[in-house]
Amino acid sequence: MIAGLVLRSLDRGALAFLATLAAIGVLVPVLNFLVPATSPFHLSSYFVALFGKYLCYALLALSIDLIWGYCGILSLGHGAFFALGGYAMGMYLMRQIGTRGVYAHPVLPDFMVFLNWPELPIYWYGFQHFAYAAFMVLFVPGVLAFVFGWFAFRSRVTGVYLSIITQALTFALMLGFFRNNFGFGGNNGLTDFKDILGFNVQAPPTRAALFMSSMLALMLGFIICRVIVSSKFGKVLVAIRDAEARTRFLGYRVEAYKLFVFTLSACMAGVAGALYVPQVGIINPSEFSPGNSIEAVIWVAVGGRGTLTGAVLGAVVVNYGKTYFTSGVLAPYWLFVLGGLFVAVTLLLPRGIVGTIHHHWREWRERRRITGGAPYAAARPAE
Amino acid sequence: MRAFSDRLIALVFVVAALAAVVTAARAGPYEDGLLRFTADSFDETIEGINAVATSGNALAAQIIGALQEGRLLFSANEKRVFVREPPDRLIDAASGRPLAGNAPSDLAPVRLNNRLRRIVEAALGGLSLMAPDAGRRLEAAQAVLKSKDANALGALDQAISRETDAGVKQALIEARAAVVLYLDAASDADKIDAIALIRQRGDQDALGLLGGLPVSASPAVKKAATEAIASIENSLAFWNALQNAWYGLSLGSVLLLAAIGLAITFGVMGVINMAHGEMVMLGAYTTFVVQQLIRARNPALFDYSLAIAIPLAFLVAAFVGILIERGIIRFLYGRPLETLLATWGLSLIMQQGVRTIFGPTNKDVGNPSWMSGSFDLGLITITYNRLWIIVFTLLIFVGLLALIRFTRFGLEMRAVTQNRAMAASMGIRTSRIDALTFGLGSGIAGLAGVALSQIDNVSPNLGQGYIIDSFMVVVFGGVGNLWGTLVGAFTLGIANKFLEPYAGAVLGKIAILVLIILFIQKRPRGLFALKGRAVEA
Repeated sequence: MIAGLVLRSLDRGALAFLATLAAIGVLVPVLNFLVPATSPFHLSSYFVALFGKYLCYALLALSIDLIWGYCGILSLGHGAFFALGGYAMGMYLMRQIGTRGVYAHPVLPDFMVFLNWPELPIYWYGFQHFAYAAFMVLFVPGVLAFVFGWFAFRSRVTGVYLSIITQALTFALMLGFFRNNFGFGGNNGLTDFKDILGFNVQAPPTRAALFMSSMLALMLGFIICRVIVSSKFGKVLVAIRDAEARTRFLGYRVEAYKLFVFTLSACMAGVAGALYVPQVGIINPSEFSPGNSIEAVIWVAVGGRGTLTGAVLGAVVVNYGKTYFTSGVLAPYWLFVLGGLFVAVTLLLPRGIVGTIHHHWREWRERRRITGGAPYAAARPAE
Repeated sequence: MRAFSDRLIALVFVVAALAAVVTAARAGPYEDGLLRFTADSFDETIEGINAVATSGNALAAQIIGALQEGRLLFSANEKRVFVREPPDRLIDAASGRPLAGNAPSDLAPVRLNNRLRRIVEAALGGLSLMAPDAGRRLEAAQAVLKSKDANALGALDQAISRETDAGVKQALIEARAAVVLYLDAASDADKIDAIALIRQRGDQDALGLLGGLPVSASPAVKKAATEAIASIENSLAFWNALQNAWYGLSLGSVLLLAAIGLAITFGVMGVINMAHGEMVMLGAYTTFVVQQLIRARNPALFDYSLAIAIPLAFLVAAFVGILIERGIIRFLYGRPLETLLATWGLSLIMQQGVRTIFGPTNKDVGNPSWMSGSFDLGLITITYNRLWIIVFTLLIFVGLLALIRFTRFGLEMRAVTQNRAMAASMGIRTSRIDALTFGLGSGIAGLAGVALSQIDNVSPNLGQGYIIDSFMVVVFGGVGNLWGTLVGAFTLGIANKFLEPYAGAVLGKIAILVLIILFIQKRPRGLFALKGRAVEA
């Protein structure tokens, strides 16, 4: 039954997209390992890690697109769920360091030894087990989103108000995680990781495996989103986006729909963060900064809100641009570009890249249908 | 009458003659004390210090000071003491005149150990109790209050009887009370009197004095001290609350300044302007530029720099605001989420622009003389810059209310807000009003920048620190209501400062954010929500 649901939800475009993702997921490690370093087709391990990072961003963008594009919830604090997932994974990785830390303490991470903590705080218990950490990656962002959403949606906080308080949420979390006595490494965050599941985090095979896991997570996330938005449930979400009051009057429990999709989206963001941390090797409180969350929203806007594929594309394109700009002499101008992108996309390209292509494609097909296969003939009737 | 003045003159003569005799005979306590320095024994030196310090001789302070610095020399053979003045000059300690003729061959410095150094310090403190400068006397009295040195008692009594300045006298009396309180020889009645005196002082020092009483004190004294401590703690708590309230007012005024422009653009027009903080920053940088020009061209005008910067900052920010409205925001009316993203992008561009032009470092914006310094009100300290900012904020607030209430522009602004179509059909050029309203909100942000440049670092990130707080204020106070913004800003400011001592600055801020998030759940449209038709418009 589930298979049927999945198959029905995947149209030709979605299948093509998934096939592309899968091909990249296989091709990149192959080009990294099997092609000799002298060949022009060889991809360095640096590139694998970089692209893996983009995939995590893409998953985050996907989670934002699900709620913003299909349900009209503009969260400016999704970076918080991303970072929480990242911290859960970071805690697992910290516990894996064991005695290889600077202070060689068997249980306490370095920063706790440094701060003279006598023992491990209770909320760090269990993180030496991968399964527990993986559960927490979903659980912590999910619970936060559920509680926050339960309060917010039930009292009908919508639109920009919701955006502002989500921003305040991530801001508050950032201030908290910056504090040393929160027990998450304060300013420096968690870093200096050694192993994940017994494999060296830095080793190229591990990196390739993480890359492929990110790709799998992204594909899975895409399928889940696709199933949701093409089901009847998804139609209700779109109805809520376009006319919330009317949907409520039709008898739908708007809050319940929003709460479900918001919590799901937070869990997806958490997974993205968890895959992100071992690939970049650090998680610190600046991931909570409101600017990061807003930047993630602009990826979605650039790619095309409400298209899913657009979110993935936007995240990769914008982040590639960021890497390109910030690693060269153009570094001081990156913020001009990013800021200009915000303005230009909202003013000139409100549908985003994919949305605009879709729009023109549909118009073109429509015209062809009307005029019977002559696309360039005068399609519009005289006024 | 004649006889009286004659007798007075005679008395003066007698006194003068006696003084001359005493000096000539070299037999006063001062000279005795000097002699003891020549014995080269620590115990004798202590006697010498005490004798010299209590002698009342004008040279005493100089001698003890020289002793402290190792410049006091003695000759055991000639039984004389000298002070070495920096360019190798010897001064006879007895007469204060430079030494004529050859110096004695066996000159050696008077030696000190740690015990003596403490005594020297106390003696110096006692001596400066009678210094000609009132400021130094006050300092000396405070020092005695802290040291509770019993040796200073004599000097204190003498100083109290001679003191003319009321403030210094009070300090001396309190210092004496502190000494008496810790003097084993003093009677319980004296000690209880002293406690009463210290209790009146009522500050942290007094608390320390009373709290540190030795265990050996008698029960009556202890009881009086405990009562005094309780009363002082009460009054301290009261002043503490006042001080917190003042800090809260100050923070509230800063929040209000930053939020009031937002209350216009967001509250009245419904436009989310994430670049609002950058308007504040523009105002601050305008102040910086004005001050730079004044420093370079005409430093005498520096005290007026803010008066020049205020209109300029308003104009600069308002101009940029109108540009933004005409260039971007007017295409996005009715799409608040897109407006939010576009203005966020603008804020990035403006920050980076300022960073490119002025550099990433903090700029030095000076306080004019009338804004620096502070004064004490009871036990709280009020700085002039904070005070002026509160006044400035309230002036802006009142001015804005009057503008909206009484001018034609204000009327048209309200009309457009309430019913755009109707206002347009009555002949109001709504797009012009939109631009001007946005310009007004931005201009006020520029004014906020002038004020904030006085208390905050002027850097490209100046505005970012205020944007979330400002939105919180507007949302908390209620959208579309300036009074709500006022109440919201001061409530948040004061709540923040009262939470800080218990939770620390960061946790206090987090607590406030969480409280606001919870509050919005309860009243999604703020404290002073609009009612009726305007709500859904």
